[in-house]
Amino acid sequence: MLTITRALYDQIVKHSRADHPDEACGVVAGPVGTGRPERFIPMLNAARSPTFYEFDSADLLKLYREMDDRDEEPVIVYHSHTATEAYPSRTDISYANEPHAHYVLVSTADSDGAGPFQFRSFTIVEGVVTEEEVKVVEEYDA
Amino acid sequence: MAIEVRIPTILRTYTDGEKAVQGSGGTLAELFADLESRHAGIEARIVDDGKLRRFVNVYLNDEDVRFLDGIDTKLTDGDNVTILPAVAGGMV
Repeated sequence: MLTITRALYDQIVKHSRADHPDEACGVVAGPVGTGRPERFIPMLNAARSPTFYEFDSADLLKLYREMDDRDEEPVIVYHSHTATEAYPSRTDISYANEPHAHYVLVSTADSDGAGPFQFRSFTIVEGVVTEEEVKVVEEYDA
Repeated sequence: MAIEVRIPTILRTYTDGEKAVQGSGGTLAELFADLESRHAGIEARIVDDGKLRRFVNVYLNDEDVRFLDGIDTKLTDGDNVTILPAVAGGMV
């Protein structure tokens, strides 16, 4: 299960909508081992594409250095699908390299009237996709 | 020649969980072959058909080696190499 604050949920949705019709992408980092998403880090989609996303390579290095220095890990890796459902594609599965992360997919297809808005979360481990419940809270338990 | 190599989470299964390992070689290709000799299986995750895999980023002292000489990039003692899988995907 992914537990996420309302504020972070809204930030992910806002970023996805802002970048539509391109795919939006980013990370929510959290302290190592806690599984708690805390720090919202929107990333530039270097591919600038409605069908593909890729973090810029220099930004990627900076992001991982920064998380390392702060004892953080990518708790959520999110991106949007702009015309299809919020479910990992074959491409998403083959490039999923964070077995401990929650892969959040947002579909902004509704922006074009193509379907309902979706926010879904998955784990992707060695090619196996497992959907999980998303629990939105006002704040995390202490 | 000692080169420090930072290993991403996904490849630490090959390094007994170590975040960084030492290696040697005059080029990246030689370095990855050297790592393979102690961490069997790791080379194929980085190199395919003599080239760097498209969705694996390799940095030499913070510079993406695609902007240097790719897998033929020359190394010198004390260099730092960082391996990071791309974060990428898409709807297709």
